[in-house]
Parts: sequence; structure tokens; C-alpha cells
Amino acid sequence: MLREVWSGSIEILRAMWITLKHFFRPPVTNQYPDDRVPVYPRFRARHVLKRYENGLERCIGCSLCAAACPTDCILVIAAENTEENRRSPGERYAEVYEINLLRCIFCGYCAEACPTEAIVLEHDFELSTHNRWDAIITQEELLEPHEPDYILIRDDQVWVEPKWGHLTK
Amino acid sequence: MDWISLLLVPAIKSLVVVVALLTGFAYLSYVERKLVARFQVRYGPNRAGPFGILQPISDALKMVFKEEIVPLNVDHVVYLLSPALTVMPALVIWAVIPVSGASFTLFGQTITPYVSDVNVGLLYILAIASLATYGIVLAGWSSNNKYSLLGALRTSSQMLSYELPMGITLVSVLLIAGSLSLVDIVQAQRGVWFALLQPIGFIIYFICGLAEAGRSPFDLPETENELVSGFATEYGGIKFALFFMGEYIHMITISALATTFFLGGWYGPFVNQIPVLGLVYFLIKVAFMIFLIVWIRASLPRIRYDKLMHFCWKFLLPLSLLNLVVTAVVLVLVG
Repeated sequence: MLREVWSGSIEILRAMWITLKHFFRPPVTNQYPDDRVPVYPRFRARHVLKRYENGLERCIGCSLCAAACPTDCILVIAAENTEENRRSPGERYAEVYEINLLRCIFCGYCAEACPTEAIVLEHDFELSTHNRWDAIITQEELLEPHEPDYILIRDDQVWVEPKWGHLTK
Repeated sequence: MDWISLLLVPAIKSLVVVVALLTGFAYLSYVERKLVARFQVRYGPNRAGPFGILQPISDALKMVFKEEIVPLNVDHVVYLLSPALTVMPALVIWAVIPVSGASFTLFGQTITPYVSDVNVGLLYILAIASLATYGIVLAGWSSNNKYSLLGALRTSSQMLSYELPMGITLVSVLLIAGSLSLVDIVQAQRGVWFALLQPIGFIIYFICGLAEAGRSPFDLPETENELVSGFATEYGGIKFALFFMGEYIHMITISALATTFFLGGWYGPFVNQIPVLGLVYFLIKVAFMIFLIVWIRASLPRIRYDKLMHFCWKFLLPLSLLNLVVTAVVLVLVG
């Protein structure tokens, strides 16, 4: 029994020593809305509709994204391009393009299905709204440029533990 | 003895003690959250005011403005009375705890640094501390809820069991000090603290104190993973806050009693030259004990219920009896 008391006391002291060591460490918490964590360039969050360099929309209103979407959250209504109103290089453009973010699962199938690489998932991850209807984002919100200043992007360098290189040398 | 020194002075002193304790409770909840957060490498509350120091006020406001929900089949009178019954004993104990060594004179009245120096102070403390169990047991019984009742049953058996070794340990303190008055007990530690004369007694007292206050690792009354919230399951809003207050003031009280009985109370270097230091030393020692309690909470897991009882009856009680016998024999031999 004495041994039990001794080993138990030692274990309690060890536990308390470990917590004391942690007590003097700086906190690891990110103070999120104040300190923002930069995302990687390949980070995939909210959709963006891309444009060509000359400003024309890439989207041709083919609805392949809507067909590929497993949750059926994309609505595309196409319209014919005319000489006076030319919005994309092809025959048609998307007159209505809406994504219901409450249904979207961010699988990226829409981006894979797109023949002109018009829709891609980009960096904006702050998607909360005060109103359910605001969760349905429209073409104006989707079209480029959409680079809000609260989204920080870090460089694409992958951090490798230094000693890894030394092992092979 | 006129009515001022008989009624007014104790009343004002009680008011000061109660206000200090309630403020202490509010900020203890903040300090504990902050400390536990740092033990877990987090920040803790830091949104309300600079460093989050307004957090207790916002918590209190939230609790006060919550809807008063009384479940359908509770025993109304007892249900509403028991939170107050939990807080009251923890506050009343402070009547006999001396916070400083020096009296001072104000408006021709000699103000002593305690509300009253009862000559059976130690018995008074043991008696009042037992009353705290009633609030919890009645809360569990009146809530008409199985979780509450189980929590209350556990609490009552835990507190009754741990009172025994605590009382026996305090008897060995009493043997050395030769007085039941808390002022005399502190004055007996002028030379050497009882924590050094009674190291085992100090540890036993501290463990029992944790159990009495329902602090981790003995927080069986409110094991949230098996009993939802124990005796406090059916309580919400300000009634729950009162239970919370009871637990935290108990924690302060246990720390203050440990300071008084074992850590030399207000004694420290230069306390005879500058009497104000007595209060400072007392507060520092209490703060150290509270830090220790929070540290233990951050380190140790809750123990199983049967182990809790075995530990008390098969280990602490014989050990405290042995400690008492050895103390008595040594005292007789030394003279």
C-alpha cells in the first residue's frame, strides 16, 4: 500500500508538472476576426465566375455545372448574345446564374464540368449571412473581380521539416 | 457596551465581508477561467473590456435577465430556498476568520480584523460547513429529477465522509494550538507554521477541503458526463448562479481556512512593524491556495465514485487518526 501511495503521489506530481509547463507557454489560439489566418492559393471555398483578359465572361450558359452538381444548387438561365449586347465570346451567355450556398457542398464538380473554366472555387470562406435569402449568391456577386480585403492569401511554399533533407544526404 | 459597538460595527463589518466575498466570487470565476485557459494554452475570456475583466459583469447580467423557469412537479418552497441555503453557510463561516493581526481605531471605536472572535470558532466552522450539504441535498430532492437526486445523494455521502478526516485533522491542529479560537490558532503560528509541524495534516485537510467544496478531482456532485449537472440540473438563471456562487465562495473559504489553520494566517516578514502587511500576506496566501486548487483542476481527472469513498474511509480516515495519535504522543513527550 505504501508503494501505491508513493507511485500515486509521483503520478499526481508529474501531471501537475506537465500542466505547469503548459501554463507558461504562449497561447496557440488564433484570435480569428482580429488576426486572420492566410489561406493557401489553392484553398477552395466560395465560387467565382471568371472573365477573359478583355473583360468578357467565360461562362457560356451551357448548364453543365448545374447538371454536374450533386446537390442541385446551381441555377443557370442562358440568353443569346447579340452584337449590341455581347457578354461572352460564344453564342450564348448566362443571364441568370445563382448558387444556393446552403445546399452547396463545395465538391468542385461544377468547376470540373465547366468546358470554359468559367466557374472555379476561390478563397472567400466568410459565407455567413443574417438572412437565408442572402445565402443564394447571384451573378453580380459571383463575377470577377471578387477579392475581398479580409481574405489573406499566403505563398504556396510547403513547409518541410528541416531535418528531412539531412536524412538523405 | 453601547449599541454602536454591539450592533452597528459588526453589521458594517459583515457587510464589508459579504461584499468582498461576492466581488471575490465574481472575479474568481473570471480568474479561474483565465487560469484554466492558460493551463490549456488558450487565452480565456478576453472580449468584454480590456483583458476581459468585464466578463463577470456581463455573466451576472445574463444570469439575472434569464427567464425564470420552474419545472412543473417541483416542491416549490424547497426548490427556491435551497440555492440560498447553499450560499449562506459559505458566507457565514467568514464571521470568525481573522484576516489581519492588527486592530485599528476609527471614530473612537476599536475595529478588530474579524467580525467576531468566538471562543469555539473551530467547532462553529465545522458545524456551519456541514450545513452546506443541506442546500444541495434539498435541491436534488425538490427538483423531482433522477439526475438531481443521484447528484444530491452522492454529495451528501461525499461531504459527510470527508468531514470526518477533516475534523480529526483539525483536532491535531487544536492540540498544538491549545485553543478553539481562530485568532489564538493563528497567534500560535507566530514562530512556525502548522503546515511544517503537521505536513500530513495539511495534505489531508487540503484533500478534504477539495471534496467539501466539490472541486475537481472530487466534483462528483456535478459529474456532467454521467449526471448532466447533478443537483443543479433543473436550475437555471439566477438560481443556478447562486449554486455557482456557493461553490466558488466555498473554494475561497476553504483556502482561507487552510491559510488560517496551517499557513500562519496573517503572519509574514515585517508584519509587526507594518500591520497592513498582515492583510496583504493573508490575501497572498489565500490566492496561492486558490491557484493550487485551479491547478489541480487543470491537471487531474475526476475519480470514480467508489474509489472516492474507499479513499476516504480506508486511507484518509486511518491516516488522520494516526496523525492525531502521533501528534498527541509527541506533545505529551515534549511537554
